[in-house]
Amino acid sequence: MNSCASPATRRYVLRVAVLMSLYLVALFAAKWVFAAAQPTGIAAIALAITPALPLIGVFWAVMRLLVEETDEYIRMLFVRQCLFATGFCLTIVTVWQWLQNFDLVPPGNGGFGAAFFWFIGLGFGALYNRVTIGDWGNLW
Amino acid sequence: MKNRLKVLRAERDWSQQDLAERLNVSRQSVNAIEKGRYDPSLPLAFTIAELFELPIEAIFSRD
Repeated sequence: MNSCASPATRRYVLRVAVLMSLYLVALFAAKWVFAAAQPTGIAAIALAITPALPLIGVFWAVMRLLVEETDEYIRMLFVRQCLFATGFCLTIVTVWQWLQNFDLVPPGNGGFGAAFFWFIGLGFGALYNRVTIGDWGNLW
Repeated sequence: MKNRLKVLRAERDWSQQDLAERLNVSRQSVNAIEKGRYDPSLPLAFTIAELFELPIEAIFSRD
């Protein structure tokens, strides 16, 4: 994060830090309970979804940053970063889906969901901003 | 768009940070506008014009 980050960016970083900490706790807790208690039915579904909730929270934090950032230039950089991440993620997932459709790769995604590629795309989005505008932005 | 922001800022002996604080934007924004890498919105252009007490067209012009 840029040392001169705006208040909105600092709030975003704090929110993401809390949510990612919750994600790690939820992930390890879910794995432990599944291994120890083998839940079934609704309980299993609820437990499986638990680690997804903090990740959904990160998407909320991203949207809040876009709303709360008052510096229009910084906001523009972040919007471009998010658009790049979305395109990157959709491209990876679409290519993978078609490789699967023709049985060229094994089924499943190895545990790497769309969110993983979207966050990787945010990093590449910052690089894209640096190359095209000359500025990394505040988040990379 | 071209602009005279750097000249106007230098005439007042302001740093980019000084101007950014007066405009309530980041120093990155001032730098990007000065270098022509970012065209400000109309509200921000008006704010800049009011700060320098000049009409917008005295600061910004087409390429």
